[in-house]
Amino acid sequence: MVALTPETDPTPDAVAGGPRQRRKLTGYWLILPTAVWLGLFFVVPFYSLLATSLFDPDGSVLTGYDVTYHFANFGHALSEYWQPMVRSLWYAALATAFCLVLGYVLAYAIAFRAGRWKNLMLVLVVAPFFTSFLIRTLSWKLILGDNGWVVDALQTVHILGSDNRLLATPIAVVAGLTYNFLPFMVLPLYASLEKIDGRLIEAASDLYASPSRAFFKVTWPLSLPGVVGGTLLTFIPATGDFINASLLGSPNQRMVGNVIQDLFTTTGDYARAGALSVILMLIILVLVLFYIRKAGTEELL
Amino acid sequence: MSFVRRNLVLLLGLLVLVYMYIPNVIVALMSFNDSSHARNLYRFQSFTWDNWLHPCRPDGMCAAVGKSVEIGLLATLVATVLGTLAAFALVRHRFHGRGSMNIVLFLPMASPEIVMGSSLLALFVATGFGGRLGFWTILIAHVMFCLSFVVITVRSRLAGLDANLEQAAMDLYATEFQTFWRVTFPLVFPGILGAALLAFSLSFDDFIITNLNAGQTVTFPMFVWGAAQRGVPMQVNVVGTVMFLIAIAVVVSGEVLSRRRAKGLVA
Amino acid sequence: MSSVADAPAGGRDLCLTGLRKEYPNGFVAVQSLDLEIPRGSFFALLGPSGCGKTTTLRMVAGLETVTAGSITIGDQDITHEKPYRRPVNTVFQNYALFPHLSISENVAFGMRRRGVKDVKGPVADILELTELTEQANKRPAQLSGGQQQRVALARALINRPEVLLLDEPLGALDLKLRRAMQLELKRIQTEVGLTFVHVTHDQEEAMTMADTIAVMNAGVIEQLGSPTELYENPATTFVANFLGQSNLIGGSVVGVEGGADGQVKVDMEGTVVSIPVERAHTANTVGTKGWVGVRPEKVLIAPAGEPIDAPGNHMTGAVIVDSSFIGVSTQYVVRMPWGREMLAFEQNTGARGVLAPGTKVDVSWRPEFAFLLDSSQDIDAGLGEA
Repeated sequence: MVALTPETDPTPDAVAGGPRQRRKLTGYWLILPTAVWLGLFFVVPFYSLLATSLFDPDGSVLTGYDVTYHFANFGHALSEYWQPMVRSLWYAALATAFCLVLGYVLAYAIAFRAGRWKNLMLVLVVAPFFTSFLIRTLSWKLILGDNGWVVDALQTVHILGSDNRLLATPIAVVAGLTYNFLPFMVLPLYASLEKIDGRLIEAASDLYASPSRAFFKVTWPLSLPGVVGGTLLTFIPATGDFINASLLGSPNQRMVGNVIQDLFTTTGDYARAGALSVILMLIILVLVLFYIRKAGTEELL
Repeated sequence: MSFVRRNLVLLLGLLVLVYMYIPNVIVALMSFNDSSHARNLYRFQSFTWDNWLHPCRPDGMCAAVGKSVEIGLLATLVATVLGTLAAFALVRHRFHGRGSMNIVLFLPMASPEIVMGSSLLALFVATGFGGRLGFWTILIAHVMFCLSFVVITVRSRLAGLDANLEQAAMDLYATEFQTFWRVTFPLVFPGILGAALLAFSLSFDDFIITNLNAGQTVTFPMFVWGAAQRGVPMQVNVVGTVMFLIAIAVVVSGEVLSRRRAKGLVA
Repeated sequence: MSSVADAPAGGRDLCLTGLRKEYPNGFVAVQSLDLEIPRGSFFALLGPSGCGKTTTLRMVAGLETVTAGSITIGDQDITHEKPYRRPVNTVFQNYALFPHLSISENVAFGMRRRGVKDVKGPVADILELTELTEQANKRPAQLSGGQQQRVALARALINRPEVLLLDEPLGALDLKLRRAMQLELKRIQTEVGLTFVHVTHDQEEAMTMADTIAVMNAGVIEQLGSPTELYENPATTFVANFLGQSNLIGGSVVGVEGGADGQVKVDMEGTVVSIPVERAHTANTVGTKGWVGVRPEKVLIAPAGEPIDAPGNHMTGAVIVDSSFIGVSTQYVVRMPWGREMLAFEQNTGARGVLAPGTKVDVSWRPEFAFLLDSSQDIDAGLGEA
């Protein structure tokens, strides 16, 4: 142990420099595996995807592909599949809005009204996750099914016509998306709300704010980081999802995820699938950056 | 009526919670459904214990569950170890490229799965692994998307850790090594455990990325997806219910343990 | 590992020589500190937050690297020693108790790390000394603030360090408990006879407990001495203002009478006052400007014309502008003839009622209570920092 601090070296910098130098390198060693893994299997694949999107569309898995800078892939992909693309964004936006309303109520209840049941309720929010979400989505198929009680009830009160259905409609798909991504909304909202000092709301009502004014002037602005985080975590995966559209919708509710999935696995049209993926990513990136700038919570990144 | 008015928010919140549990209740119910007469109709016919007694009857289902558990455990192990190291680096050490590392860690959580899955597939195809998709490519993908969640979970636990505690240990004659194992690790461990649980559930549940990179390998979600086209065997609901119960048991026992610890009942 | 075991009983002196701490960003927390802390003493480092006192303490503990200078205990140089190889223990500001260990495990932590096999006896003894026997199996979170503080103390004391470092140990306690703990700490220190180095920003706390106080400001020691010395004869405006309150009045030296125990005569706004030479911290040549200082409780007042029992510095023509009755004493703000205000604290002995604002008064103080400070120092130094 004595050897670590040689007595022959009296200058403090040299003595302190030894361990400090080692400490400096430790950081790199610790981060290295994760950096390499994410670099190889997350960052580099984006380049591959970009390259794929510029493939010669006449190639195939067997003959191989050439990067021919075939930018026309983008044009073709867009002109052919703009409908599912727009539909995806629209459905995701709707689902995000519903999630925000439902999620806010639940998160608010947990943060301010749950008392000693707070932890239990939080666990309950996450617990349904552990049943495979495919299975849960399938059970919505049963609930919303043509002979299910929901349809029956709605038909009885004439909200739904006697031969109208829920399954295979946009309603079912958006409902499924809302259900599936609700926890992604609740958790960030809760994290934000929980930090709010309850006395601030009391102070607001002390200063003559009605409950609703106190909410919109105090609680809501302070929970904005959670709102931004939650909406992003809901909107982004919802846009790329194709499981709800497949299981609860019909071909008329095809989302861009369905198209990409089919192009890759069934059709084998890698070039067009790649181009569509790149477009989806770009749209999301632009929307997200615009949104974050607008909401003014750049520290989120 | 005044009770309702006073607790309106709580009642509404509970209502939302109930909504979140409707599918789980249906799944549990359907696990007792005798569907032997009408396989294609996804509705309750009559009660039976049969699905629970013979969960492995559907061809390939238990093999798929086994595959998912295998991949889940391995991916959890790798992602938890690597992610924990990275979390330590981010909280405790200075290094160049920290900012870009944070962005790279954030992006997987902000990218649609379909994009990540197709990028990985593009990479595997481009590097000549397109014909060898299977266990290893799934594992690589799962570790990739679990890493960010592990890092973030462990990092927040670590950041909340009072640095004075480690200094106090050093002050009380603990070497760096002893300080880590006696103080730092036990205190961060709940975070690591939570991260591992999260990683396993993400891995076990993933379909979109897995499906693109699986080749001929079939995981449990892929089995369900395949079955959904023909008619889902009711045993799938047994697996779903069991997973749910296991998770609840793990969480509840963790909670009970930490409560008893807090009360000083367990050394 | 030898340093801990080989320490001679009773400890050795702690010596800081030219100690300096400069952070990578260029901020100098500690300039160049020379301190000798005799063994067995209760030493306080007193100063406002950011003055470098905690950094100094952390350097002694080994939790902060030293930029220049050395730290020795006896003849053992520990400047660059690892924290766990120093015969020094710390009571941390927020106690830093290990939340996952019980109280007795917390207390035994240091002994276990040093490889002591049988810790039961010493742990029981120290828990007894700190009145924690009942809490032995609880967790830190279940204890009150005062109890946690005692655990932190027990956890450090059990190791019989040569020097015990206390970093604002009572800062998190409420006033009443703090007072009780001050006496308690002093009792324990006397009982175990270890060297205590105590960092605090609370002057009252430092004066209650310490034998010697070093007042720190901006990385340097302003003045070192016993509590009485520092209070009665501050050497800088910072000490005069930070430790208690002071009236500081500008003036210039008009002459010196006598030799080493003579008097410096200072013209203060037209009145000549005298100050003993050993209390004049300026160059005592005619024409030197300085601050004449006097503590408010040393300032006596009486309605104009009435006699005051204070021969020497006597001034007339002052007016009371404010008085506040605070029980044991009454605090007066008095406007002097030259327009500036002075503070005068008067014990409520019952000899006279409270004087109303507007009353014309005479002001006086004994020369031996006044002090003279360098006029180049900021008159407001140390104000509002405690």
